[in-house]
Amino acid sequence: MSKKFLALALALLMVCACLTGCGDSSSSSTASTASTASTASTDESAPEASADGVTLKIGGTGPLTGGAAIYGNAAKNGAQIAVDEINALGGLQLELRYEDDVHDSEKAVTAYNTLKDWGMQIFLGSVTSKPAVATSTEANADHIFFLTPSASSTDVLGGVENPLTETIEIPRKDNIFQMCFVDPNQGSASAQYIYDQKLGTKVAVIYKNDDVYSTGIYNSFSTKAEELGIEVVSATTFTDDTSTDFSVQIADAKDSGADLVFLPMYYEAASMILIQADAVGYEPTWFGVDGMDGILTLDGFDTALAEGVMLLTPFNADSSDEATSKFVSTYKEQFGDVPNQFAADAYDCVWSIYNALKDEDIAADASASDLCDKLIAKFTSSDFSYDGLTGEGMTWDETGAVSKSPKGMVIQDGAYVGLD
Amino acid sequence: MKRLIIRKKSRKNFITYGIVLVAYIALMAVVSAGAMPSALQGLLVPMCAYIIAALSLNLTVGVLGELSLGHAGFMSVGAFTGCTAAMALADSGLPVWGRMIVAVVVGSLLAAAAGVIVGVPVLRLQGDYLAIVTLAFGEIIKTVVTNLYIGIDPNGLRFGFLKPDIGLGKGGRMIVNGPNGISGITKISSLTAGFIIIMLCLVIIFNLVDSHSGRAIMALRDNRIAAESVGINATKYKLMAFVISAAMAGAAGALYALSQNTVTANKFDFNTSILILVFVVLGGLGNMLGSIVAATVLYILPETWLRQFSDYRMLIYAVVLILMMLITNSSKVRMLLAKLLPHKKSAEKEGEADA
Repeated sequence: MSKKFLALALALLMVCACLTGCGDSSSSSTASTASTASTASTDESAPEASADGVTLKIGGTGPLTGGAAIYGNAAKNGAQIAVDEINALGGLQLELRYEDDVHDSEKAVTAYNTLKDWGMQIFLGSVTSKPAVATSTEANADHIFFLTPSASSTDVLGGVENPLTETIEIPRKDNIFQMCFVDPNQGSASAQYIYDQKLGTKVAVIYKNDDVYSTGIYNSFSTKAEELGIEVVSATTFTDDTSTDFSVQIADAKDSGADLVFLPMYYEAASMILIQADAVGYEPTWFGVDGMDGILTLDGFDTALAEGVMLLTPFNADSSDEATSKFVSTYKEQFGDVPNQFAADAYDCVWSIYNALKDEDIAADASASDLCDKLIAKFTSSDFSYDGLTGEGMTWDETGAVSKSPKGMVIQDGAYVGLD
Repeated sequence: MKRLIIRKKSRKNFITYGIVLVAYIALMAVVSAGAMPSALQGLLVPMCAYIIAALSLNLTVGVLGELSLGHAGFMSVGAFTGCTAAMALADSGLPVWGRMIVAVVVGSLLAAAAGVIVGVPVLRLQGDYLAIVTLAFGEIIKTVVTNLYIGIDPNGLRFGFLKPDIGLGKGGRMIVNGPNGISGITKISSLTAGFIIIMLCLVIIFNLVDSHSGRAIMALRDNRIAAESVGINATKYKLMAFVISAAMAGAAGALYALSQNTVTANKFDFNTSILILVFVVLGGLGNMLGSIVAATVLYILPETWLRQFSDYRMLIYAVVLILMMLITNSSKVRMLLAKLLPHKKSAEKEGEADA
């Protein structure tokens, strides 16, 4: 008897889930944007009345759940702030929708297709590199403008020559642009910086060899280091499964007498390395890349350990710059967190797209393909440049890569301080 | 009585073939009418690949009675070898379907070879060793492929390990690029290719199960000592089922890889193996139609319908899994289903009349 009741109760539960689910689906696209953005929802009714009130649908995919969720959510929140600000100005209106890709290229393509069904006109790309390689190919085939905040792999853009074979393996996808540095630029810029500032004579590298981002930076770093005559005494690897224990890698770096350790990786793994190196009393100079940004806000991490860590990053949340401090305070207010580089990049993406389009004449039902042509022409034109949180006077060319200069930062007393 | 069993069985087999065929025709009709949302359309070919993987694992788990926890490893072998073959032949002038066939054949042959390597030492053992060794095999394949570099230049294929510099000359092209995997794949697999492979797998599995060898395999599953006492060569028959299963997983991998823009070794990890095992267990051990339905529902659901729950998506997915398990195992629901499906009941009656 009780079993019967259980079965009935479960069946009822499922029916309820079905009904509530269906009810949600019709309004989910607007509800998701409205719930996070109270300002946007009040403005949304206004544009229909005004003459130039065109609403563009902007989509993006990123890991909103799972291990890399911190990056996806940061980008989503950053983009949301930009959309709110733009909508508050009146005129051209934007509607933002982010879909979850769990840092998986297969799911990213589904997320992209879901956005396409929704009627997305401009695509903010995928937040992480691996999914972005897949979605950029799709967006290229569909001719939807793609500007990624943080997917830094060269495979995203295409058209980059493999230095080993001198052939272009993935043809340039003409509508794909990046807001962040390309991996090789970061690697060679880091090597150049270490060389110029004479930060170390013997360098050790620990990198994640099952990750596109980390390996990409390592490869260009080691090429450049060899060119400059920097001695790399130890190069050790780890993978997703072994990203908690670094005793072997640290011992190798220590035994080979490295006085600088280069860490091209995201900050969770880097924080583990710092903690474990501290435990064995190894104190070299640590040097990171933009993925290191965020280490100071990591829960339960003693920021004293990151003292003296140097990194190249385009964004500094402690900057006294007016735009940055306004962005940081809005972000803190809405999401209760200090924004990282991903949030700032996404914010810049939305604003640069808006800047490129605001003077254009856009029909209310402009097709994604027409917008794409307009945006490509604008982004590659020589007179278009954008000043944002992550750089001044950013320009793009046909390769899709952004040109801006990385800022060298060092962590002092738990805050970033500019190096030069 | 024997006639009856065979007739009932073949009837069930034909129902399975029929359902797959009808589903294929219906899907093709909706796709060609342009009425399918692109989100769903993009899922069709990977769905076929997961169905094939589930069928193949069902052969190991349901029919052979051995637990394999590294089935994604075989998929990985098939995916990377099949995809390499298809890409190496890109300029050979072979038509798309020709390259597809070559990719699937190469993928399944090499996955079968991997199955032999794993199976020969392990299937001689008794107990749960196969589960542990396949688990390790999946991890080994993942690590190997992560460090593997394969390129092609006018002189042919070149292989390298650990270092990307594999001596490709000018004009060469990297195919498998270490942790970056294969990128820039031309999507050549199609729903039709997936359908044909599913049908082939069903034919192979049903005929194997109904054959002399199949009965030997199931006898080993049910009681190894009794089976060996009547002279059944345990290792031979176990290896037969296991290698066929590995080959099918390889075909699934090749089909999958050629439906994506990019594949990396990390895609075929322990989680994927478990995902396929979930399809098999929830569909019913030894029940091929069950595997097909479970793989379809559990693959499509979280990507389409559950997207509206955003952050709670995977939570609800877990609830769906538990509900499915409870419902398919409840005798009351089964009785209810039997009442709702008079067709099934009358089929049974017919069988009785026949006897």
